[in-house]
Amino acid sequence: MTADPLLRMRSITKSFLGVRVLHGVDLDLYPGELHALVGENGAGKSTLMKVLAGVHRADEGTVELDGTPVSFDHPVRAQRAGVATVFQEFNLLPERTVAGNVHLGREIRRRGRVDVRAMERATGDLLDELGLEGISPRAKVRSLSVAEQQVVEIVKALSQDARIISMDEPTASLADHEVEVLYRLIGRLRERDVALLYVSHRLKEIFDLATTITVLKDGQRVDTVAAGDIRPAELVRTMVGRPVSQVFPDRLEARGEHVGKVRLDVRGGGNEQVDGIDLTVRGGEIVGLAGLQGSGRTEIARALFGMDRFTRGEVRVDGRRVDPRSPRRAVRAGVTLVSEDRKTQGLALNQSILANGRLALDAVWPLGTRRRSRRLPAIFGSLELVARGGHGQEVRFLSGGNQQKVVLAKWLAAEPGVMVLDEPTRGIDVGAKQAVYRLMRELTAEGVAILLISSELPELIGMSDRLVVLDEGRVADELPGGSDEEAVMALATGAPPEQEPGRSPDRHGPHSSGAGPGENGPRSQHEGAAP
Amino acid sequence: MSTDRTGPKHAGPRRGPWSFLSGGTGTVALLLVVVFAVIATQNPSFFEGPPLMSFARMAAPLVLLAVGQYFVIVSGEFDLSVGSLVGAQVVVAARLIDGDEAMTLPVMGLMVAFGLVVGLFNGLVTTVLKVPSIITTLGTMLILFGAVRYWTGGAPTGALSESFRLPGRGGIEGVPYLGQLPYALIIAAVAAAAAVWLMRSPYGRCLMAVGDNDVAAAFSGVRVWRVRTAAFVLSGLMASVAAVLIGGFSGVTAQVGEGLEFTAITAVVLGGVLLGGGRGTVVAAVLGALSLEALFTLFTQLYLPATIQPTVQGLIIIAAVAYASRRGDLRLPERLRRRTGPPTERPLGTSRR
Repeated sequence: MTADPLLRMRSITKSFLGVRVLHGVDLDLYPGELHALVGENGAGKSTLMKVLAGVHRADEGTVELDGTPVSFDHPVRAQRAGVATVFQEFNLLPERTVAGNVHLGREIRRRGRVDVRAMERATGDLLDELGLEGISPRAKVRSLSVAEQQVVEIVKALSQDARIISMDEPTASLADHEVEVLYRLIGRLRERDVALLYVSHRLKEIFDLATTITVLKDGQRVDTVAAGDIRPAELVRTMVGRPVSQVFPDRLEARGEHVGKVRLDVRGGGNEQVDGIDLTVRGGEIVGLAGLQGSGRTEIARALFGMDRFTRGEVRVDGRRVDPRSPRRAVRAGVTLVSEDRKTQGLALNQSILANGRLALDAVWPLGTRRRSRRLPAIFGSLELVARGGHGQEVRFLSGGNQQKVVLAKWLAAEPGVMVLDEPTRGIDVGAKQAVYRLMRELTAEGVAILLISSELPELIGMSDRLVVLDEGRVADELPGGSDEEAVMALATGAPPEQEPGRSPDRHGPHSSGAGPGENGPRSQHEGAAP
Repeated sequence: MSTDRTGPKHAGPRRGPWSFLSGGTGTVALLLVVVFAVIATQNPSFFEGPPLMSFARMAAPLVLLAVGQYFVIVSGEFDLSVGSLVGAQVVVAARLIDGDEAMTLPVMGLMVAFGLVVGLFNGLVTTVLKVPSIITTLGTMLILFGAVRYWTGGAPTGALSESFRLPGRGGIEGVPYLGQLPYALIIAAVAAAAAVWLMRSPYGRCLMAVGDNDVAAAFSGVRVWRVRTAAFVLSGLMASVAAVLIGGFSGVTAQVGEGLEFTAITAVVLGGVLLGGGRGTVVAAVLGALSLEALFTLFTQLYLPATIQPTVQGLIIIAAVAYASRRGDLRLPERLRRRTGPPTERPLGTSRR
């Protein structure tokens, strides 16, 4: 590019609660270009996008638009400056028409009244121009499909003269034929010299659409390359490549009475999302559930914990058949779940550390609470839970890592035989991660059976004794712990390992309308990058 | 790192014996002291035993209702039916007793049972049928209000027996300094103490957690519907006891109980127990009730008309909640809060999954 960049972000740094999520990131956007932002879960893609959108403020660094420094402290400011963002959740009023939404807050007025006709005409013109005749400006937004709603968001951005549009996982919830519409629209946007910032986990899309690719990793920019200069396999390596320092604690000597005995046994488990799940976890063992987003990992966890149910097959815990119809029953049977979303599912944020820690005891064994809760301070201590206000402190004031420790303590107090850990280290700092890993080793040594779910493949591989790989709700195969990432990914994507993701012969350029993103080729979505 | 915390130390360093005065409890305690001080300047004899006891007798029903309302509010719900329930109880009791002393105890038993049933109804409709409690209890309020008027033909008939009126009016005579120690004070104190104890039990901690985050509570094994229903039942029970006191104290009129639900909610809010649930103490709710009653007493002393009370209540509710939300510890219920979130959190009606 010879021209000056439309947008120039320099050394953007952002921390949340002391955890640095962006570390001096640079980014340039040029008109007519699609700049893809790739990286694993937690690499900082969404945060960077939100800094641009004015949702978050950068702690350090500058943003220049057309060479003028800008600072967006509110999303509306960013929009006025021509920076529009299409988030995964839309900002549309379902009961209004397409035209009404496009002109929301900037209604065309004539003699003091809203001129509906003029708005519909303007919206219709814009839709025609973009080749989107299928959408009527008069349709109510609620009657539109998800893809059409997304189009309305983009049209809305354009009608506000957006020169930069950033999209967060725009295809995440689109059907294949709908992706096609988006591809076409992106082509038109580029012809109009709009600069696009695009976050996606699907490498195929990135290679279909992007002109430039920036790889983020652990909040830092690893590389920015022209899309033509890198092969998909290389890109994956850049994304995954890990510092050698990441080590997992060694296994401890087993000492519990349950070590080696089958503690969790699922035979032919199935419901609407998963089918034919056979799973055995022994005391002292960590079994990792690997698979892409939507492959059924979390669904299995939910079914085991009674949030959903297996409608087929049987579950045995310590040899006894159980039917966990509710979390309560699961806990009684000795199964606990550390869910992936601790703030909404794991903690009562306004209650004290102690109250949260003993909640499961209070709820499930109200009579034995006193005796069992005596162990809590020791559990907090062994987890190295650090709270300035002591155990009476409300958990909302704790960091993510310490909050997760409270959730873990709650379940440890219940003395479970089987622990399902769904993303136990998500969003917590390195030190807390190590504490969680050490805890897992200690628990297994005592004979607890652990089922681990994680989007971070190295963690899954490094911690698990065995890996059960899921693909589309079924068990694809089982691998020993320490298998390499590519073997796991190959199974999870249902593709032989040699096949390169992306560049398949039937690929079309981003400009050719009717390009076929819809073919069910191997989804080159890297698991570690799942949201 | 945590070496200093590994011992069996439950509370942190900042929790002293007066820790219950921190936050909302301290504020409302201060308010109560201020109102009492103003009353004392107006009427120096207020703190001489008998006037104080007559204040306690008047405040007792509100304390009971506030404690009942506290359970419901802390679980994240509302109970608007208590005022109508008290009215219905008194009117029904008068008609059934009709001056017959022998009927006193059976009718009291019936009132308690009736209160429990109404609470159970409120609770089950809210938790099982998923009707928002503000609607459920508004409905119950109207149902009771209408049913009682239909049954009595508009004007209450019958009379309460003397022994029925004893708890509301009587007391233990000959107590030094105080003169007469009202039964109402004893009943309210016992109820408040029981509530404090209950909130420290596993049930109370579950109730608190449910009000804070019912999803997390359910995922911890709490039977949310049971816990919430029980809170409504407790509120119904408290309303029944309050009805006995109110009936005894002020007798039977068509207006008895009117507006009490809002007075109780005001008292609880004044105590800093936040609408939306999960925070606040029983003591704060009780102090809120006492402050409110003291404020009303002050108005009487200043010769302000009693008709201004609802206006004051309205101002108090708004001011108290605004104060709490300025301090940043107000938590609106999820459904109200979502509107103000950043754009990413604003969902469109249609599901994306």
